[in-house]
Amino acid sequence: MIEGILFVSLVLLIFSILATIYRLVKGPSAPDRVQALDALGIYLIAGVAIFSVYLKSTAFFEVILLIGILSFIGTIAFARFIERGVVIERKQPD
Amino acid sequence: MKQINDVVLRTATKAAVVIILTFSVSLFISGHHRPGGGFIGGLAFVAAIILLFLVYDIESIKKNIPIDFKIIAGIGVLTSVFTGVAGMIMGKPFLSQAFDHVNLPIFGETEVASAVLFDIGVALAVIGTSLTIITSIGDDR
Repeated sequence: MIEGILFVSLVLLIFSILATIYRLVKGPSAPDRVQALDALGIYLIAGVAIFSVYLKSTAFFEVILLIGILSFIGTIAFARFIERGVVIERKQPD
Repeated sequence: MKQINDVVLRTATKAAVVIILTFSVSLFISGHHRPGGGFIGGLAFVAAIILLFLVYDIESIKKNIPIDFKIIAGIGVLTSVFTGVAGMIMGKPFLSQAFDHVNLPIFGETEVASAVLFDIGVALAVIGTSLTIITSIGDDR
């Protein structure tokens, strides 16, 4: 029963990832693509979590944390680039 | 240029950096038997420092961490090579490692391996190299 539910949710995640990749490729503006990348990271986290529940194993929890951290940093870097034009500032503008 | 209000980002970063640094140390010491080790621990450490670079700026971070990262990379490579040479001095092949079981007061029976020194060297080399690359190509000059 529970394995069937997990399998169905994995299949649904595949459709979500395909829809997000469509937005990533097609997206009219750069913020759309950044949002799609962030959502793609969240879908990957969800997929790994469901898979580790399916395998009854805790070996993939570090993968979840690492994808979360890298997706967070990447989103912040893209957002700063879109908003200010530079990624890392040399001096604080005050 | 208009003033940008990023209080939320700065407050979240102050919590997230501590979590990422703790996670990098956890990844580092879980190596050799489980996924982890010097390379990925060093990369997670670099991720925390890059987050600081992104949210604040290069000059204030360099003022608070007054270390030349190129020197750190050199120290790391030297440490790794010397742990390899130490195996040759004992009459074993290059990079051969030793381990022993020690009874520590709090942790109980613990395995102490000389590969930890090699991993520390790898981590320092990765941290120094990555931060040098980021600070030299991320500069907006």
